Amino acid sequence: MSTPGSEAQRLARFNVSPARRRKDKIARATILAGTVLALIPLVLIVYYLLHKGLGAWSWSFFTTDPTGQSFFKNQSIGGIKSAILGTIEIVALASVIAIPIGIGVAIWLVEYGRASWFANTVRFFVDVLTGVPSIVFGLFIYIVLIVGTGSTYAGYKGSLALSLLMLPVVIRSAEVILLLIPGALRESALALGAPRWKVIFSIVLPTALPGMVTGVLLAIARAAGETAPLLFTAAATHETTFDLGKFMNSLPVQIYNDVTSPTTAVVNRAWGAALALVVMILLLNLIARLVSRRSRLA
Amino acid sequence: MARLPDRALKYGLTILAGLILALIVYFFIRLVGQAKPAFAKEGVLGFTFDNDWNVSANHFGALPLVVGTLITSGLALLIGVPVAVATAIYVTELCPLRVRTPVTVLIELLAAVPSVVYGLWAIFFLAPKLQGVEQWFAKLLSFLPFIGGGLVTIPNIFIAGLVLAIMILPIVSAISREVMATVPLDHKEAALGLGATRWEMIRIAVLPYCRAGIVGGAMLGLGRAIGETIAVTIVIGDSPQLPHQLFGQGYSLAAVIANEFGEATGLHRSALFAAGLVLFVLTLLVNGVARLLVLRAARANGGGRSNRQIAPGGPGLDEAVAATP
Repeated sequence: MSTPGSEAQRLARFNVSPARRRKDKIARATILAGTVLALIPLVLIVYYLLHKGLGAWSWSFFTTDPTGQSFFKNQSIGGIKSAILGTIEIVALASVIAIPIGIGVAIWLVEYGRASWFANTVRFFVDVLTGVPSIVFGLFIYIVLIVGTGSTYAGYKGSLALSLLMLPVVIRSAEVILLLIPGALRESALALGAPRWKVIFSIVLPTALPGMVTGVLLAIARAAGETAPLLFTAAATHETTFDLGKFMNSLPVQIYNDVTSPTTAVVNRAWGAALALVVMILLLNLIARLVSRRSRLA
Repeated sequence: MARLPDRALKYGLTILAGLILALIVYFFIRLVGQAKPAFAKEGVLGFTFDNDWNVSANHFGALPLVVGTLITSGLALLIGVPVAVATAIYVTELCPLRVRTPVTVLIELLAAVPSVVYGLWAIFFLAPKLQGVEQWFAKLLSFLPFIGGGLVTIPNIFIAGLVLAIMILPIVSAISREVMATVPLDHKEAALGLGATRWEMIRIAVLPYCRAGIVGGAMLGLGRAIGETIAVTIVIGDSPQLPHQLFGQGYSLAAVIANEFGEATGLHRSALFAAGLVLFVLTLLVNGVARLLVLRAARANGGGRSNRQIAPGGPGLDEAVAATP
């Protein structure tokens, strides 16, 4: 009681009435309880994924295609090979489409468009794209590439639907990073006589690269988990295929189809596939975080 | 000569940006074109507000779907927003510095779980486990219309709303955190200096300052909840009747498309495109209002000394990523 610090504390306590102090405690406890409540679903999901998913994992689970059989006990229902490979193929093509276009548009917005009305219109439409429900992207591609051409589902159509979904994420995140690059860096390169395109390609882009990688990886992670845009574009099939012009299986779509099955073994396969999908997405997220930590900008 | 690649790059990129605009407008026009037969038969208002979704009679009134979408997303906000704001307050104002990053990362992890996995978990774990509680609740409140009475089904509207609440939590929490980080230190110190307790400081200095931003974040969450498809399709029960009970089956606009599109032909298919269009316009409106609110909050909070400023020129990286459906 002799140190000035504790004296101040004693006085402070003296000033606050018990009612107010009680209110403060209750409010703090409620806020803490809310935070704990928010974390409970995560714990439960992770626990059930591991509990049910690991039980489904085996060597053959990853090396066989689903057979489509589930009626007879002695028949194998197969694994998720075609779904994993399909997801990788579809998402890879979607990235190849969305990343260069997205970064290109972001460069235009920051380096050329700036605050012009046209650039602001583009920004507005990118924001519109951000809010579009993912199933509507599937409908868009369906109308243009399936109704429009009179053809049927194909892996690359799924990729296009996913790339539409990735575009706004890539554009927005790349724009945020490009804006962080100091103007002095550009100006010194320009003052040395470098043309604008060279400034962009040898100064701006290399500086922004690590930061942009983060946004890109997060966009890929998001696309990899999407089911709705693939339902009516890439469809579902059993066989592994490396032809993006054919029907293609994917992890989310296979999980979605397996969920509705009355057979326990098929539902277990869904848990195993869900665990595989979440592991893939978490790895991408983890790499994104590591890259962003090493980046000089973000 | 050196000007040539410069011009090529400039015009090339301009055309690219213009193409994005053209593409969105083109998609929209095509979607309207596909939805036209359904709108022509039922009328735009008739389609949206008629209570009869009857595939076999070829009659399509989307009111049960619209109502289902609104109820589930409303529930999601009701449950999700208070919890999300609590996490944001905890992380920015109350928690020890040591646990700040872990808690933030854990909440962001909720955004990394794919929608179909939420659906899988909800239908095989959440819904069966909660059925007893729901039944008890329904019996307890049996005097209330809509909430009480009736038999609790395993896939039901309440579960759909609960799952949506979990799914919108990360984005509402992220935006609330961003906004709370912009509260000027002066305001907080002034409140504390006048003798306010921590909670009084939060109530006087932090919350009023952040109201517009939090509302904007909630609206972005609402936009997301409205458009969420797969998880809802799995847990809502897929019954195209006007919902008459909270713990009973229902349907939503997005779910009807995911569920029926595969085998739909003719007018049915057109009606599903029309449902997609209604969904699109609905999310557009909600997101528009949300962006406006967040933007205004960011602008109003521009001055003053604070923990952190909102990134210049737009939303932060996390927000940009989190904001996508």
